[in-house]
Amino acid sequence: MTIKLEINGKIDHVSGEITVRELLREKDVEDPDMVSVKLNGTILDRAAFDTVQVRENDEVEFLYFMGGGSQK
Amino acid sequence: MNEEQIERYSRNIILKGVGGKGQKRLLQSKVLIIGAGGLGAPVALYLAAAGVGTIGLVDGDAVDLSNLQRQVIHFTADVGIPKVDSAKDKINRLNPDVEVKIHKERVWASNIREIIRDYDFIVDGTDNFPAKFLINDACVLYGKPYSHAGILKFNGQTITVLPGKSACYRCLFIAPPPAGAVPSCSEAGVLGGMAGVIGTIQAVEVLKYLLGLGDLLTDRLLVFEALPMRFREVKVKRNPACPVCGENPTIISLVDYEQKACDLKK
Repeated sequence: MTIKLEINGKIDHVSGEITVRELLREKDVEDPDMVSVKLNGTILDRAAFDTVQVRENDEVEFLYFMGGGSQK
Repeated sequence: MNEEQIERYSRNIILKGVGGKGQKRLLQSKVLIIGAGGLGAPVALYLAAAGVGTIGLVDGDAVDLSNLQRQVIHFTADVGIPKVDSAKDKINRLNPDVEVKIHKERVWASNIREIIRDYDFIVDGTDNFPAKFLINDACVLYGKPYSHAGILKFNGQTITVLPGKSACYRCLFIAPPPAGAVPSCSEAGVLGGMAGVIGTIQAVEVLKYLLGLGDLLTDRLLVFEALPMRFREVKVKRNPACPVCGENPTIISLVDYEQKACDLKK
């Protein structure tokens, strides 16, 4: 059953109460190593991607690692 | 200030909140720009134009032809010369009031403390994660306010950090991405103007900080997406688990992270 989330400020729907890692895959985030995830105001430890699940009405932010362009 | 300075800085001086007093403060200020590239170029030019009295430049690289697409402080005739020399020359020609101090080297755990020591504010204009984390850690450990920024493809982001008072880079990005995850240079790319948009925001933050004006970009990551042409603000806060500024910091001395070899000439 789909659930409603707010992802990067926009309302979105995902397939269910899935883990953060699954969420990244479902939202086509190419490289989970290049993203930091904020869930309901808290920055997640990378190790928690596999254990923490998203729930209805959660607010998620994907923050991308950005270098300087020439040498990323 | 002499008459020429009053004329040169007249558009600053007439601003409410700046005045002659603010302008004198700028002339007495010292700002360090780490990385004289895409981000560092607009920062250096706007700070020089505004009359920031001392500008330090740190960069160990020489100007490459492929830099000119976005690093607007360097010109075609500068290809091959050290970036700090090229940038110093432009700053001096723009505003002879500015004293430029050059550091023709990269920042490392071993030299950064000495390099940042004398400056009021630090600007991160570097292009790689080992340097970005090192700058953050050094600024937090030694209590230097600084501006972080990054650009990639059609996107950019920036945040101002007041150590001990506002969220730092590690509060958001706990550790560098694994070296193997960072795509090779040729895969990345960046639209030149991104450096101008984000670097100019950094310059404005520096001036606001030095003048004590307005609200700094603290506890907010400003994310710019050029394709939908949208600015978004991500509210952040100090992370109690932050490894450098949290409640039980694990980083109490500086470390050099491994950097993926990257040949820019490819």
